[in-house]
Amino acid sequence: MRREAALALTLLLTPAAAMAQAPLASQGCLGCHGADASGVTPVPGLAGRPATELVAAMTAFRANEKPATIMGRIARGYTDAEIAAMAAHFAALPAGGNR
Amino acid sequence: MISTLSRRGFLAAAGATAAATTLARPSIARAQGAARLVVVGGGFGGASAARFARLAYPWLDVTLVEPQARFVTCPYGNLVLAGRLGMDDITHSYDALRARGVRVVQDWVDGIDPIAKTLRLRGGATLGYDRAILSPGIALRWGAIEGYDEAASQVMPHAWVPADGSQTRLLRRQLEAMDDGGVVGIAIPGNPFRCPPGPYERIGMIAEYLKKHKPRSKILALDAKDAFSKQALFQDGWKQLYGDMIEWVPLSKDGRVVRVDAASRTLETEFGVKHQVAVANVIPPQSAARLAIDAGLADASGWVPVDPRTFEAKAAPGIHVVGDANNGAPMPKSGFVANNTAKQAVASAAALLRGEAPPEAVYFNTCYSHVGPEYGISIVGVFRPTATGIAEVANSGGVSPRGDLPEQRRFEALYADAWYRSITEDAFG
Repeated sequence: MRREAALALTLLLTPAAAMAQAPLASQGCLGCHGADASGVTPVPGLAGRPATELVAAMTAFRANEKPATIMGRIARGYTDAEIAAMAAHFAALPAGGNR
Repeated sequence: MISTLSRRGFLAAAGATAAATTLARPSIARAQGAARLVVVGGGFGGASAARFARLAYPWLDVTLVEPQARFVTCPYGNLVLAGRLGMDDITHSYDALRARGVRVVQDWVDGIDPIAKTLRLRGGATLGYDRAILSPGIALRWGAIEGYDEAASQVMPHAWVPADGSQTRLLRRQLEAMDDGGVVGIAIPGNPFRCPPGPYERIGMIAEYLKKHKPRSKILALDAKDAFSKQALFQDGWKQLYGDMIEWVPLSKDGRVVRVDAASRTLETEFGVKHQVAVANVIPPQSAARLAIDAGLADASGWVPVDPRTFEAKAAPGIHVVGDANNGAPMPKSGFVANNTAKQAVASAAALLRGEAPPEAVYFNTCYSHVGPEYGISIVGVFRPTATGIAEVANSGGVSPRGDLPEQRRFEALYADAWYRSITEDAFG
């Protein structure tokens, strides 16, 4: 119920403001994936990607089951709960496409 | 207490507590007199704090006090030295923050009264706050290396506190003016200091320029320590890209510069060896910025001890100190850490203003370094507060793999550029 309310609120905000409502853990992603998570070529965007896809990618990075330049080292620092919260947040954002 | 600069000061003074506890809707809280968040210092920490505060907590009245009209970043300054970028590429205005509702006051803060919760500005005004975020950066410890004072830095630039950009420009001009075959001397301090991989990225970027334009030249790096960030990766890259152009002298081989003579551009080490060089870049020992020390926020180490979750100074609750000025070890003094922890500090300040507990925290850092063309390396760290401080999450983070990995290096160079665009937008955009 609370999750739904949070998502509903997110959808009503401007992209930048919605980004700021993210779980704090997801703020770290914005240092490379764009301040609005829409990506900075060649770093892919996260906004608007299905949560299941984001969770699967992070889980695979963490387990060293997906080739990585840097994401394996990053993913191993986060808990399942943090990854789920970050994925839900980014999935709810409008996809901006790479700039 | 009520300042001439504070538009809503009297309302906030009367209503901050009430607003924090009784008003549920942010828009109403702001309309009736917002709590005042004053951010001091407009670098990665301060600009990120001000931007995040306006976006995430629109009920906060946000003021940013910064003496410079524009911010020149220390990160990517090395790419200016390489000749890859111009100063405009690393200079950021505060216009976007203004458009987001941040009141930008161009002034120095000369004093802090944590009891009255006021800041004294050099221009004469007094600025009241309900919570303050200090991100004042570093001070160079003039005289810690004998002979290295502000005047000497006009001949032997540090290029480590960009300020108006003049130091970075000066070092670039000196490299351009140097004859082929000259020696570039770089004095590197012991830990802790701003941007641990920065001096070593600088070595590579200067070498990139010299290899192209003055290939008979040398770089002599005199270091006050025996080990450094991403050391094996840097040294692999130097050897591969620049052969024997670079000589790095560690502490144990008399690498520590203790005295300089600006007139003759001489760097003198502990055992009295005098290295006369054509261009001297002296990166001196550092401390938290003067403001933090004068306000009594720093301890004997020269850095500010902070709560690992809220970043409030141990010496002054209500003042959150982020960025290079604090003691955030084992986190490095990096722009990324400043950006990331500034948000935790703002979230904590907002929670405390509302009488709530500060949020759970996880901190993230990546420091990319360029070594040469299409050659980037990185170090990653994920950190969490503990009962006693801050700790890196076990089995996470670390440096790029070693070996002959051109695709890895090429991608990390591209990711580094993406990082710069992304994080400067997240701070100044």
